[in-house]
Amino acid sequence: MQRQVALERDTALDAPAPPARGRRTVLTPYYLLAPTLLFLAVFFAWPMFQALILAVQDNGRFSLGPLQRMADDVLFWEAIRNTILLTLIVVPAQVVLALIMSLLLVSGLRGAGLFLYAWAIPLGISDLAAGVVWLSIFNDRGYLNSALAGLGLGQTGFSFLSYEHPVSMFLAVAVAETWRATALVMVILLAGLQVIPKDYAEAAEVFGATTWQRIRHVTLPMLRPSLQVALIIRTILAFQAFAVVVALVGRNLPVMAEEAYRWYGDLRNPSVAAAWALLIMVFSLVNTVIYLRALRVRDEQLA
Amino acid sequence: MRRSVAHALVASSVLLIACGMSTSGPAAKDGAGQPAASGPIVFFSSQFKPVEEAEKMRQVILADAPVQTEYIPEDPGPFNDRVTAEQQAGRVTVSLIGGLHGDFAPFVQANQMEDLTGVMQKLGDRGFPKTFVDLSKLGGDKHYYVPWMQATYVLAVNKKALQYLPQGADVNALTYAQLREWGSNIQQGTGQRRLGFPGGPKGLLHRFFQGYLYPSYTGSAGVVGFKEPEAVQMWQEFKAIWELSNPQSANYEFMQEPMLAEEVWIAWDHTARLINAARERPNDMLLVPAPAGPKGRGFMPVIAGLGIPKGAPNRAGAEQVIEYLTQPKQQVATLRELAFFPATNAQIPEDLSPGIRLEADAVAKQAAAGDALPSLLPIGLGGKNGELNKVYLDTFNLIVLRNQPIQQVLDEQGKILQGIMDETKAGCWPPDPPSDGPCKVR
Repeated sequence: MQRQVALERDTALDAPAPPARGRRTVLTPYYLLAPTLLFLAVFFAWPMFQALILAVQDNGRFSLGPLQRMADDVLFWEAIRNTILLTLIVVPAQVVLALIMSLLLVSGLRGAGLFLYAWAIPLGISDLAAGVVWLSIFNDRGYLNSALAGLGLGQTGFSFLSYEHPVSMFLAVAVAETWRATALVMVILLAGLQVIPKDYAEAAEVFGATTWQRIRHVTLPMLRPSLQVALIIRTILAFQAFAVVVALVGRNLPVMAEEAYRWYGDLRNPSVAAAWALLIMVFSLVNTVIYLRALRVRDEQLA
Repeated sequence: MRRSVAHALVASSVLLIACGMSTSGPAAKDGAGQPAASGPIVFFSSQFKPVEEAEKMRQVILADAPVQTEYIPEDPGPFNDRVTAEQQAGRVTVSLIGGLHGDFAPFVQANQMEDLTGVMQKLGDRGFPKTFVDLSKLGGDKHYYVPWMQATYVLAVNKKALQYLPQGADVNALTYAQLREWGSNIQQGTGQRRLGFPGGPKGLLHRFFQGYLYPSYTGSAGVVGFKEPEAVQMWQEFKAIWELSNPQSANYEFMQEPMLAEEVWIAWDHTARLINAARERPNDMLLVPAPAGPKGRGFMPVIAGLGIPKGAPNRAGAEQVIEYLTQPKQQVATLRELAFFPATNAQIPEDLSPGIRLEADAVAKQAAAGDALPSLLPIGLGGKNGELNKVYLDTFNLIVLRNQPIQQVLDEQGKILQGIMDETKAGCWPPDPPSDGPCKVR
């Protein structure tokens, strides 16, 4: 194969191919990329541009009114605070859990395959369904309260999801969100772990590295690209947390995506909804840039 | 597929001819020899979305419709989107629109609805109440919908609560002070907070402020009297009532469910959202008029109407279905099956099921109370109805759930409220006297 390529290159050098053919070779990758680019342009770039226009428009004229209306809203800062707080709790928890899970899976434990399927279950469940599942656990007459009553801890039940208990309400959402999306992180990290050659770990072992040292100094650095992907995807998704929050606590815990939805759906104001969408996009972009810089993967590290 | 295209072609050509002869109604009806003449119509509605309700609409109420009618219910957001999108695209598939008064406002404002003044005149014998006839003009001089059905909000009471009723209180003529005392007695007696309100995401709590609390305490529909001293007192007292309510009230959507589960003993909600409790346990439940405040017994009649969008593929068929749905038989069937009351003078029969009977009595008592103070749905706000509702819900949220100082919240939210009024130029609506120009927060 290599030989053939070399031969081709040689002939190309000796007698330049007709320009049309050479061009085709150069353009081939672009032709192959074109469908993806077209798809991204039509379904991502264009709506994003539309949202941007919509967010600075009022009755068809340019206006900063929608942005102002969004920022003046009583729920504005609360929605941002809740979203950031949720992200700060959920994403690290998910990464740590997913890392432990995927390390266990590649450690060659007996029945690891079974665990993989069990842990991947949340991937197949819709956000809203996951919210409803956790609602049946956390609500006043839910499984958790029944279990607590069964253990003799509090017969009346505790309203975990009541606005009167903001901490438990928030934690319930965090737990549900963590459960729902840890599998996604795990799949990415697992894929990353599986491509790390065994030689490195074996070499470290020969030099007497402990398990922890191996993970800390060999596995984690090698896993950096996967971690980067997982963190970016998960954080962006955390900014969009919506269905689980709505299913569990309704209006009591405003988050950014929910505000966008509410302004569009209930309040019939697409401009303010677009302003929220824009804000979510800005958050996602800033956060992606931070991750890309903080977890920069140098070529020599990959080599 | 090909056949349906052919049907559509036949239908539209017949319709064109019929319109040209300006005898659209009879022409379509007389075309009995050609069954495709009128063609099926799409009836798109923001009402009766739950599957069992939609099925009743299809199987019972529209069963004998003069034109084959495809009933498609939708949630408010997508409902609005589809009607608007069809207009913008110039490809209208919906012939008949069923919605609440407020649903029509943005369509009329965007000039998307046909003038139905002629249909209203033809249906003069239906006996629509004058308020409804006026409302259907949406502030203009033409009628844009034909009243379809009505509902309101009442209190549902579990009979177990009656033993805690304050001394001297009449359950059919409560005041808000008595409601509070009642809730307090129940809490002392049972250790539980058993009042209930639908404050969840799809609940209708904002209507409680707009049509019940504000009129009862300030005599105003909630804009003029938004931050008056009476309103401050009102929020104080409501806060005390809320403290006696089941904390899940911030999540409840349809009060029939917590009523049936007995999490709540006394609940305020829309009649259609209490009917299952009344139907399933008519012997354990009472339905009574909403409480009264210092200015009277504020209550809000809800009206739904039938309209025809511009460019409807089968206007003649839609008119026939409007004619059909406003007949006494269909009006009564809607009450029996779906717990919405006639919007006409159709006689309510004596042999109603016990649950519906309970509701019909409560509605009649509420409307006939000596201190009744009917308050209309906001008029003329166009697409800003949702933002108006948000003002009341935010105010509630800040004052009641987050304990912020009442006057300060009212001042801040009052500014937003005034902004909405100025932007839409909506005048005041009953019980406030009409205003010149936009309604002003006093």
